[in-house]
Amino acid sequence: MDKAGSVPSTPLERGGPFDHPGSSIQSQSQMLAPETPVTPATPRPNNPLWLLAEVTYKCPLHCVFCFNPIDYTRYGTELTTDEWLKALRESREIGATQLGFSGGEPLVRDDLEILVSESRKMGYYTNLITSGIGLNEKRIAAFKDGGLDHIQLSFQDSTREMNDFISSTRTFELKSKVAKLIKQYEYPMVLNVVLHRLNIDHIQEILDMAEKMEVEYLELANTQYYGWALLNRDHLMPSREQLQRAEEITNAFRARIGDKMKIYFVVPDYYENRPKACVNGWGSVFITVTADGLVLPCHEARQLPGITFPNVRDADMKWIWYDSPAFNKYRGDSWMKEPCRSCPNKARDFGGCRCQAFMLTGDAANTDPVCDLSPHHHVVLEAVDKAQQQSKAATTPAKPIIPIMYRDDKNSRKLSEEMGAENKTVSTV
Amino acid sequence: MSNMAERAVLNADSVIEIPRHFRLQWEPAQQAHVLLYPEGMVKLSGSAGEILKRVDGVSSIDSIVKSLEQAFPGADLRADVLSFLETAYGQGWIRPKHAA
Repeated sequence: MDKAGSVPSTPLERGGPFDHPGSSIQSQSQMLAPETPVTPATPRPNNPLWLLAEVTYKCPLHCVFCFNPIDYTRYGTELTTDEWLKALRESREIGATQLGFSGGEPLVRDDLEILVSESRKMGYYTNLITSGIGLNEKRIAAFKDGGLDHIQLSFQDSTREMNDFISSTRTFELKSKVAKLIKQYEYPMVLNVVLHRLNIDHIQEILDMAEKMEVEYLELANTQYYGWALLNRDHLMPSREQLQRAEEITNAFRARIGDKMKIYFVVPDYYENRPKACVNGWGSVFITVTADGLVLPCHEARQLPGITFPNVRDADMKWIWYDSPAFNKYRGDSWMKEPCRSCPNKARDFGGCRCQAFMLTGDAANTDPVCDLSPHHHVVLEAVDKAQQQSKAATTPAKPIIPIMYRDDKNSRKLSEEMGAENKTVSTV
Repeated sequence: MSNMAERAVLNADSVIEIPRHFRLQWEPAQQAHVLLYPEGMVKLSGSAGEILKRVDGVSSIDSIVKSLEQAFPGADLRADVLSFLETAYGQGWIRPKHAA
């Protein structure tokens, strides 16, 4: 499945938190706003609302923009069916309502039908976030039967031929087939396409393809730079020019297609000057449970040093949410440094993304350097500058750059070894 | 997905329903009704919950108002209910049920 990110560029855009680090939960806080203002420093935290179940890290695809951890091959064994059911039951008891099945490719697990139908019985609204690979009629019928509420289909490059990204007829046929199944089983057709420098110029073809597939909701989400995507950032970040062109084409298409298709275009946050309200604030509404049972306030958090994240195998979700040191670490605002601490925006953006702050500045308590008030904002500007140069270089004889790194077990093992030897996070910064 | 121009006008006799991909349910943890949809939800106020739980695809707006006036006697609710239903319609949370 594709995980690369879509921070809504305007707060009211649709989009779940399930396919990217947190972010679009901000749209939810807006919807809650008239009745329940989200206050960051409540004495007792609100109950969780969203649970992302990353049921496996196994994936038939090797997307270079994946934001799964690069060292996923060194994690422990996957949770069993019963362990998942325990985590789901306990999370539901403390209030989680929206449930996303993600991964890896969640269809790799052959007990997904059980997990879906059991969680539907518990009262969850169940979302399947999938590449579609492995979705056949038998399985979709079982999901429908079990009460699955929604399927988000992602478009990805399953070949290694980036240049053939769009023209790959194999992919198109597979997507069309799965799209037909989705319609046949009366689900809304929601397609997510991850954009980056190597495919963003094909935006017209992507839009035409979506039209042919009779897509109702199209998310054009630029890659966010976490995990494999951060490793490959210099290959993936589009130039300003590319972004502008893609937005223009999308707007023209939008004007023509009207209400038939709702389109969300999401720019990379590196091009913003205020950070995203990542996961609506740490430990505020969102829980991720990883394939090996770690419970995280967002799906990138396991890389943060100095925090022991609890495991569903040996702790209760209620304790984890309300009382564990990990979930309380960045709640409220007493942990904040300047410029966040005295900033009026802190109640709106919570200082941005803790993981991005860590990855780009070395300290998760720093302001997310996407913010132009951050003393580290230059690291973002430098990456953006580099993207303009790379884009120019692409038309002249190729400059040697670090080779692109596919998300696969071999690369993950290699990177894990490097990380183990150094006992630190591999970073491209 | 219908656009504004095509939208039918609601009146007292309109039978309304909650579209298929929305689900209304009571959340004990929040002590509130919520409306769930793909990757999102809306937490409803007490009165919004009371109104929407009467939207069943069979009742007309008029009978929904009457049912509410019975449940909460003494208040003139009609204007508030109609105004909420207009908002809900605009948000796509309800729609007129198509004649069979």
